Amino acid sequence: MRQFASFVRKEFCHILRDKRTLLILLVMPVIQIILFGFAISTDIRNIKIAILDSSQDNVTSYLIRQFEANKYFSVEKLVTSQREIDELFRQNKIDMVVVFENNFSRNIVHDGKASVQLIADGSNPNTATMAVNYASSIFMDYQLKIAQNMNGAASVSQFAAESTTSDIGGTTSVAAVTSSGTVTIIPTVKMLYNPQMKAAYNFVPGVMGLILMLICTMMTSIAIVREKEHGTMEVLLVSPVKPLSIIISKTIPYLVISFINLITIILLAVFVLGVPVSGSMSWLLAISTLFIFVSLSMGMLISTLVKTQAAAMLTSGLVMMMPGMLLSGLMFPVENMPWILQFVSIFVPARWYISAVKTIMIEGSGIAFAAKEVYILLAMAAVFITASLKRFKNRLE
Amino acid sequence: MINRDNIVIRTDQLTKSFGDFTAVDHISFSVEKGEIFGFLGANGAGKTTAMRMLCGLSKPTSGEGFVAGYNIRTQARQIRKNIGYMSQKFSLYEDLKVWENIRLFGGIYGLKEDAIREKTEVLLDKLGMTQQRERLVKTLPLGWKQKLAFSVAIFHEPKIVFLDEPTGGVDPTARREFWEMIYDTADKGITVFVTTHYMDEAEYCDRVSIMVDGRIDALDTPRRLKQTFKAESMDSVFTALAETSTRQSE
Amino acid sequence: MLKYLLEKEFKQLMRNPFMPKLIMFFPLMAMLLFPWAATMTIKNVNIAIVDNSHSTVSQQLTEKIISTGYFKPASFPNSYDKALESVTYGKADVILEIPSDFEENLTKTGVSSIMISANSVDGTKGSLASSYLVSIVSDFATSIQESRSATIQSSMIDIKPYFKFNPGMDYKVFMIPALIVMLLTIICGFLPSLNIVSEKEVGTIEQINVTPISKLMFIAGKLIPYWIIGIIVISIAFAVAYFVYGLAPAGDILSVYLLSFIYILVVSDIGLIISNYSSTMQQAMFVMFFFILILILMSGLFTPVGSMPDWAQWIARFNPLKYFIIIMRSIYLKGSRLSDLLPEIYALLGFFAVFTTWAIASYRKRT
Repeated sequence: MRQFASFVRKEFCHILRDKRTLLILLVMPVIQIILFGFAISTDIRNIKIAILDSSQDNVTSYLIRQFEANKYFSVEKLVTSQREIDELFRQNKIDMVVVFENNFSRNIVHDGKASVQLIADGSNPNTATMAVNYASSIFMDYQLKIAQNMNGAASVSQFAAESTTSDIGGTTSVAAVTSSGTVTIIPTVKMLYNPQMKAAYNFVPGVMGLILMLICTMMTSIAIVREKEHGTMEVLLVSPVKPLSIIISKTIPYLVISFINLITIILLAVFVLGVPVSGSMSWLLAISTLFIFVSLSMGMLISTLVKTQAAAMLTSGLVMMMPGMLLSGLMFPVENMPWILQFVSIFVPARWYISAVKTIMIEGSGIAFAAKEVYILLAMAAVFITASLKRFKNRLE
Repeated sequence: MINRDNIVIRTDQLTKSFGDFTAVDHISFSVEKGEIFGFLGANGAGKTTAMRMLCGLSKPTSGEGFVAGYNIRTQARQIRKNIGYMSQKFSLYEDLKVWENIRLFGGIYGLKEDAIREKTEVLLDKLGMTQQRERLVKTLPLGWKQKLAFSVAIFHEPKIVFLDEPTGGVDPTARREFWEMIYDTADKGITVFVTTHYMDEAEYCDRVSIMVDGRIDALDTPRRLKQTFKAESMDSVFTALAETSTRQSE
Repeated sequence: MLKYLLEKEFKQLMRNPFMPKLIMFFPLMAMLLFPWAATMTIKNVNIAIVDNSHSTVSQQLTEKIISTGYFKPASFPNSYDKALESVTYGKADVILEIPSDFEENLTKTGVSSIMISANSVDGTKGSLASSYLVSIVSDFATSIQESRSATIQSSMIDIKPYFKFNPGMDYKVFMIPALIVMLLTIICGFLPSLNIVSEKEVGTIEQINVTPISKLMFIAGKLIPYWIIGIIVISIAFAVAYFVYGLAPAGDILSVYLLSFIYILVVSDIGLIISNYSSTMQQAMFVMFFFILILILMSGLFTPVGSMPDWAQWIARFNPLKYFIIIMRSIYLKGSRLSDLLPEIYALLGFFAVFTTWAIASYRKRT
């Protein structure tokens, strides 16, 4: 036991001596939380538009003013030709062009109908869809106004539906004015667990998974392979200490750092981002510990498979982390992926951990609701530990 | 006694500090052309640091030094053209073949393609390694690696070659063969500046300096040093001096 | 002199049991996998429908929702509480509750209500799913209305949306050029960041440092191999984009290559700078990881740069990835010409000048 303690102390010395790595290990979660919490957002705003107004009458100029006043749009330019439009698109100066047809206002008055074309830069489908939706609601608004002026309340069901898409709050209830002949279904939308639609609710569990995997898997595999590469592993192995204790002693400092990070993330989430721990704190820690074990054993397994530090880093970093990030549900929902990727994601431990943390921390449900995840993680831990122990034994004998 | 025109290394109060710690403490000495100059000292006495300053790998904190007539502060690049270096850490590329290592360093020192090819054959023949030319360096025994590293260090025919504990870890036969190579080199007029902590090797040097705690405490031929310290061997000379050390060795 | 250094780097690279495989297979794997994974389109949302009405209309509504392809019926529980439970278990993402008087109200007053509850832990997904559902429901209402009285005019302004450059609104098309940038950044950033520091760890750097080789030559000897690797990597990526996804650049492929040449050097410079300042490979790897993560997240790859707060947008101006992603997306999707992208090209050239100088200056032969 005393020998074991001295090994652990040696490992801590290694880590504490490398101030730069330690700093990064401790600061990384903080930066990530700040980035995800304050810098990155999927909300679309500042949609840059150009307007091609061939009509130039009072209706179009009224509508242009509406675009200028709208918080989602910034009108970059009033153009006069189609050629100019292409140029602006190619130079990334605009996301959408609003094209009013000739005699716009006259057509409304005479035919009761005028057309407007919305040419959106479809290369980014999300921005394009949102841009078209926001623009449509400006036209709907105008139409509603005219309709109300003309005959009190006319067909408004369309408007009611459109406005909900751009105005999603906690609970949105859209009251619509109806008149005879129209059919309206009023949807009440309720956002479960995250009524303020804070992005943090989604990424906090993700960042936890990412950081723990990074430190445990990557650091552990590198630390072990490093000793192999430098030949110092041989020295340790001939000492009277059991090989297993040596390996375990190497993982302990990373275990400690992982816990520090875990606590940092939870504290930042609660006090800076206002994400509460709705469920049981002890279960949250228990599951995190389990995940740390899975990641550590994965790191150990990698260290038995590769010979050089560079290979350990690139295996754990690129081959494990990248799919880990993409297939864990951190950024993109797994359900939308093709079946083959969904199948692969079954073997990504972070996916189950993140899902369990969402259930317990955000949704505040009991552990029973995360039982599946816990069992899968337990099974993974068992497989990884058995496999790496077996390989260690084989190499030593 | 010392011919001034023949001096290839000269230092004057050369000093290197790392924070509060003075690794090399105002050392002054000269080395003549064609000499085998032994640079001795316990671990941590400052020999490697001193040598690194002479090779232009480390900037002096104070004092002056001249190697092959160039100032070590300002003319590091000229110095590098005129020296060879082989370090304690084995310094060939382990994942390159024997001939590839020779070719690489020949090329870096600006030798012509044809010259490299010719000299490689001669060298391999002399080392008795013609059979090994296609082997990766990491598969060679240590003794061969060191001979090869030394040959590579003098491949471009430098004025001075610096050897930092070149024979660490090899058996006595390999060490003797290595020293024969050193003598051959010195005979060609190349100055050999060698650090070692094998005292029997110190006996082979023309002159020896002994560093204790960053200072040079003794500098003379091995014979005269033994006389001065009234000792049987260099080993006893060294022990006598090393006992005065106050610095903890690693 | 450079020739010998390059020979050495390539021999070492080819002899490494791991690197050549990584250079070939990582781009392949990434290009086959990432575009499918990195999709924001919401499909197959699991929906739990609580139909308290059991009427023809509610049946029609259910069918309509499922027929759109966005929603997949997970269960038809008989109470809201049961439905909520299936959300907690992760079996359903959205609940649609239809009240018992749904049909009756519709027939009598023309107004009825429904309730949509979406799991919004993932806010984007929750709001997208619920807004899809809302618009399906309103379409449904309109279709009933139209079937009852065909005379009511629905709208006065005819809005014709047209999605230029990507009429199929395929999210993969949007992501692929940017994913190529990410791939290039990872490979041409990480490998050089490990290179110099690994020579430091092994000790061979000393041997190089005592040679008269100049800093410029040394850095060039390190940069050029990654430049060539980068060209291989993008060529693989372009081929996969074309043969697997049918995506060819709308603009000139030569301009894509030309600008990639500059960009590869920029990221390899960053790797070498980090390698120069690091003393162990572990340290280099983590510093690199740290920066690449920030660079990728703030590049506009996953989320639009324009949506970031002003301070973050200001920081993003110093992110070379941002410019190259704009370049790749513009040339690939919009057919932009070099003259359209001058600000971005100048930015890349600026980065190249600064980082190359920095890489050369930070390589220290002496300590």
